[in-house]
Amino acid sequence: MAAAMGKTPFIVSLGGVIDEVGNGRVLMRLPYSGKLVGDPDTGVVHGGVITAMLDHSCGLAIGSALRSPQPYVTLDLRIDYMKPARPDADILFEAECLKITHEILFARGLAFQDNRNDFIARSTGTFMFSRPQGTGA
Amino acid sequence: MKIDLTNAALDANALADSVPYCAHLGVTLSVKDGRLVLQMPFSDHLIGNPMVPAIHGGVIGSFLETAAISQVIWETRAKATPKPVDITIDYFRTGRPVTSYAAARIVKLGRRVMNVHAEMWQDDETKPVAVLHGHFLIVAE
Repeated sequence: MAAAMGKTPFIVSLGGVIDEVGNGRVLMRLPYSGKLVGDPDTGVVHGGVITAMLDHSCGLAIGSALRSPQPYVTLDLRIDYMKPARPDADILFEAECLKITHEILFARGLAFQDNRNDFIARSTGTFMFSRPQGTGA
Repeated sequence: MKIDLTNAALDANALADSVPYCAHLGVTLSVKDGRLVLQMPFSDHLIGNPMVPAIHGGVIGSFLETAAISQVIWETRAKATPKPVDITIDYFRTGRPVTSYAAARIVKLGRRVMNVHAEMWQDDETKPVAVLHGHFLIVAE
């Protein structure tokens, strides 16, 4: 996944925006909208919306931590859903790159609304460089 | 509106009609050989990386989570949407710009929590693009 993905079609389609990115840290924001609803009874957004935004935030955090742009792909992503997002309020996503090794990259993220200590979900993502390192490719 | 997967003749649009996010993804349902299979045709807005092009990892995660939830509703006749507790997605291959399929199975049917595995593939079911395992909470009516 390329680091320069400010205009990713799927994230644009959700209405997600990047508020801050740099030095391995990212802050994204997702305004509430009807198309995000996963539970028609409550109006709560679909868990997959949170997953997509956390995946993207973690990926961007990693891209912004690299000294030179290099392609990388997601190996796995774990999401813990602590509580449902409140409808009609923005959701904020904060992600950071934890570690860059020769082959593997680690990141984590949080999703919250008003209070980052009372978060909706957290994520742990593991990524790998898609080309072997040191080949000059 | 409830997500009704209880009809004998399953409506392909049952999910998309009641869940706006499933309509956004373009997910339809079918039963093949007694198994619930979800289908997601490719669409430009699902792209994560326009250079490859590849389906966004978050689309893949969303599709797998939808497959898991649908399986729980279908199999347990749940009236309320099960809540995800935690999920882990392992990505094996690039999601190419073609139609994707997903199916799930309940590995452990608890009274309150279920462990569910889901798999997504494209042309060849023996070559999964990604798999999900997770826990889902059954919501009391």
